[in-house]
Amino acid sequence: MEGGATYVSDLGNLKATELRLGLPGTDAPEKPTPENPRGSKRALLEANEEFRGKSKSPEADPNGQEAAPMAKAQVVGWPPIRSYRKNSFQARKAEAEGAGLLVKVSMDGAPYLRKIDLKVYKGYKELGEALENLFKCFSLGELSGMEGCNGSEYAITYEDKDGDWMLVGDVPWEMFISSCKRLRIMTGSEARGMRSSP
Amino acid sequence: MAIKKQKELDIEEKSPENRILSFPDEVLERVLVFVKTHKDRSAVSLVCRDWYNAERWSRTHVFIGNCYSVSPEMVARRFPNIRSVTLKGKPRFSDFNLVPPNWGSDIHPWLVVFASAYPFLEELRLKRMTVTDESLDFLARSFPEFKALSLVSCDGFSTDGLASITTYCRNLTELDIQESGIEDLGGSWLNFPESFTSLEALNFANLHSEVNFDALERLVARCKSLKVLKVNKHVMLEQLRRLLVRAPQLTELGTGPFSQDHKLRSHIDLESAFSNCKNLNTLSGLWEVSSMYLPALFPACTNLTFLNLSYTALQSAELAKLLQKCPLLRRLWVLDTVEDKGLEAVASSCHLLQELRVFPADPFEQEVIMEGGGNGVTESGFVAVSEGCPNLHYVLYFCHQMTNAAVATVVRNCPNFTHFRLCIMDMRRPDYLTNEPMDEAFGAVVKTCSKLRRLAVSGLLTDRAFEYIGTYAKNLETLSVAFAGSSDRGMQCVLEGCPKLRKLEIRDCPFGNAALLSGLERYESMRSLWMSACNLTMNGCQLLARKMPRLNVEVIKEDESDDMHAEKVYVYRSVAGPRRDAPPFVLTL
Repeated sequence: MEGGATYVSDLGNLKATELRLGLPGTDAPEKPTPENPRGSKRALLEANEEFRGKSKSPEADPNGQEAAPMAKAQVVGWPPIRSYRKNSFQARKAEAEGAGLLVKVSMDGAPYLRKIDLKVYKGYKELGEALENLFKCFSLGELSGMEGCNGSEYAITYEDKDGDWMLVGDVPWEMFISSCKRLRIMTGSEARGMRSSP
Repeated sequence: MAIKKQKELDIEEKSPENRILSFPDEVLERVLVFVKTHKDRSAVSLVCRDWYNAERWSRTHVFIGNCYSVSPEMVARRFPNIRSVTLKGKPRFSDFNLVPPNWGSDIHPWLVVFASAYPFLEELRLKRMTVTDESLDFLARSFPEFKALSLVSCDGFSTDGLASITTYCRNLTELDIQESGIEDLGGSWLNFPESFTSLEALNFANLHSEVNFDALERLVARCKSLKVLKVNKHVMLEQLRRLLVRAPQLTELGTGPFSQDHKLRSHIDLESAFSNCKNLNTLSGLWEVSSMYLPALFPACTNLTFLNLSYTALQSAELAKLLQKCPLLRRLWVLDTVEDKGLEAVASSCHLLQELRVFPADPFEQEVIMEGGGNGVTESGFVAVSEGCPNLHYVLYFCHQMTNAAVATVVRNCPNFTHFRLCIMDMRRPDYLTNEPMDEAFGAVVKTCSKLRRLAVSGLLTDRAFEYIGTYAKNLETLSVAFAGSSDRGMQCVLEGCPKLRKLEIRDCPFGNAALLSGLERYESMRSLWMSACNLTMNGCQLLARKMPRLNVEVIKEDESDDMHAEKVYVYRSVAGPRRDAPPFVLTL
C-alpha cells in the first residue's frame, strides 16, 4: 500500500520497534492470532484490562504483510508506572469512557491511530469525510463503506458497548454515538466480509 | 539524652599528633550531634576507634537502604541511642510488579528487636516494606514516645492497622501512607481521642473510603500545629473550605476533587478560605478539576514551590492560568494531558523551575498516536521547557516519541541535570525523525551533564549508548535500563566506567554471564544489582556467588520450565549473610 515517505522508511526499522516478550536476540515464534470473524468478536490483545501481563504472543499482521504490529502484547511492568498510579488511571478511564465521546480510530495497516470526538459531527456523512481526511496520507481513497458502495476495499466498523464489532451506518446516528467505543477501518477481505454479512 | 560512656583519658601519654583526636568523649559527642547526614556520619566513624565509638553513641537516626544488608540485631548492637529509623526493602522494580508477592522485607523482625533496644523510638520511615496490621498494632503498643510513621509504597496492611496507630500513639505528630497498597476496610480508622492534639502531618490521599468528616474537622481544629494535610477524593469543596478555615497555618495541602459541590454556597467563600492560607508551599490532589472553581485557589499560590498535579487531567489552558499565579514554583508534576502547549506555558511562567515530572495519563495506550493527534507530550514540549527553565536539574519525562537532536538541545540549555529520567514508552523506539538509535541523545546527556547522579534510558539503544555512559558519567549513582543494548559489552562499559555506581537495575537486555561477571569487583561497593529477563544462567550466578561470598546472589524462580535460565537475579552486599526468611521461589546461591 502506498503511504507517505515517513511510513515507507519506517518499514526498515519495524523489526527494531517490534515488541516481543522473548529474550532479546532470540526470534520469538510468531503465533498468528485469529482476526475478527465477520462482524462479531473483537480482536484479541486490544483490551488492556484483559491481557495485563499475561499475554505472551505478539500479534502478527493478519494479512501476512510487513505492516507494523498494531495491538501489542502488554508487557509486565511497562511502562514503569507504580501500581498505585496505574490503578487510579483505570478508575478514571472507566469514568471517562462512560461520559465522553472521544473514540480512537485505527486503520488496518497504519502504524498510528487517531482520536476523534464524535460529538463534533452531525451525522455519518461528516464522520466519513473526517475519517477520509485523517487517514488520507495512507491513501485511503474513497471511503464509501458506509454508503454500501461496492467498489471500495474499506469498511468502517465500530466496537459497541457490548464489545461487538458492527458496521458503521446501520443504526440511527444518536444511537451510534452513544454506543460507539472505538472505530476501526478494516481493509481487504474482511471488509468485504463485513459488508456482506446480514 | 545520650547515655554517655565514660572513658579514661591519658592525654600526657599521647604524642602531640594524637592529642587532637583525644577529645573527651563528651565533647566529641556534642560536636557530632551537628553531623547529620548518614554519609557524613559514616565518614566520621571511619576516622579512628574513638571517633567510631563517639559516633555510634551519638547517632540518633539510622538509614538502611537495603533491609537485607544488615540484621536488626547488628544495628541495635552498634547504635544504642536510635530514635529514628529509615528502612527500604524491595528492589525498586517491585513497584512495577516484577517482584512476586511475599518476597520479603517484612518489618516485623525489626520491630521486635527495636522494641527491646529502642523503647523510645520516635520515627519510622519505610519504603517498599511489607507491614501487616499485627505489626502496626505491635508498633503502636510498644513505643510510648512514637511520633512519626511514614509508609511509602508499602503493602500488607489495612485500615485496621491504621486504627491501632490512631488509638494508641498519644504523641503522634506524623501519619503518612502515600502510595501504599492498603486494604481499605472503611473510614473509621481516623479515631484519635478528643484529647489528642499533637498532629503536625496527615496524609491519607490515596485511601478510597470516606473518613468521618466531623471527626476530621474536629481533629484539624484542635491540632494547632498541623502543617501538612492531604485528604482523599471524598473530601469535597465545601468540606475542604471548612478545613482550611480551621487550619490557615497549613504549609502543605492535598485537596479532594475540585469539581462541582452543591453544598458549596459560593466560590467566593472558598476563595476567601484559600486567601487566608498564606503559608502554603505545596499543593496536590485536585483530581477532577472544574474550571469554574480553579480560580479559588489562586490567592494561595503566591508562595507555592511544589505543585503536584500528577493525578489531575488538566488541559493546557487551565494549567497556563494556574501557573501564572505561581511565580516561585520550583517543582512541578503534571500529567501529559497538558500536552506540549502546557509545557510551553511552564516555560513562560516558571523561570525558577528546578524539577519537572510529566506522567502519562494513559500509559497503556498501545498504539502510537500521531503527532497532533491530541495525546501526550513530545520532544517539542521538552525543548520548550528547557528553553524557559535554565535551572532545571531533575526531569522525569514519559513520551511516545523523541529525537536525538531534541535531547541534545535540552541538555545544552540545561547542563545541570543531576537526575535525567526519560521514558519513551514504546519499547525500542528509535529517533522518530531519523530512525536512528537514541544513543546520541544519552551521549549528549552524559557528556554535558557532569553532575549527573541518576539516569534512566529508553528507546532503541545499542552498546554505543553504554560506551558513552561508561566514558562520561563519572558521578552516576543510579542507572535504570530496559529493552536496550546489543551485547555484554554494554553492561561491561558501565561497570568499568562508572566508579560511583550504587544501584543498577536492568530488564530485558541482551546481557549475559560475561557481563555479570565483569562486575565482580564492583558489586561490593554497590547497594544492589537487579537483572531480569536478560541472558543470565544459573551457572553464571553460581559462579558469582562462589567468587564473592559477601554478596547475596538471589535468583527468583517463578516457573519450573527452564532450569538453566536465571530469569530474575538480585545481587546485593550484606554483612548479615544469606536471608533467613527467603520464600521458596527465592534461591540464594
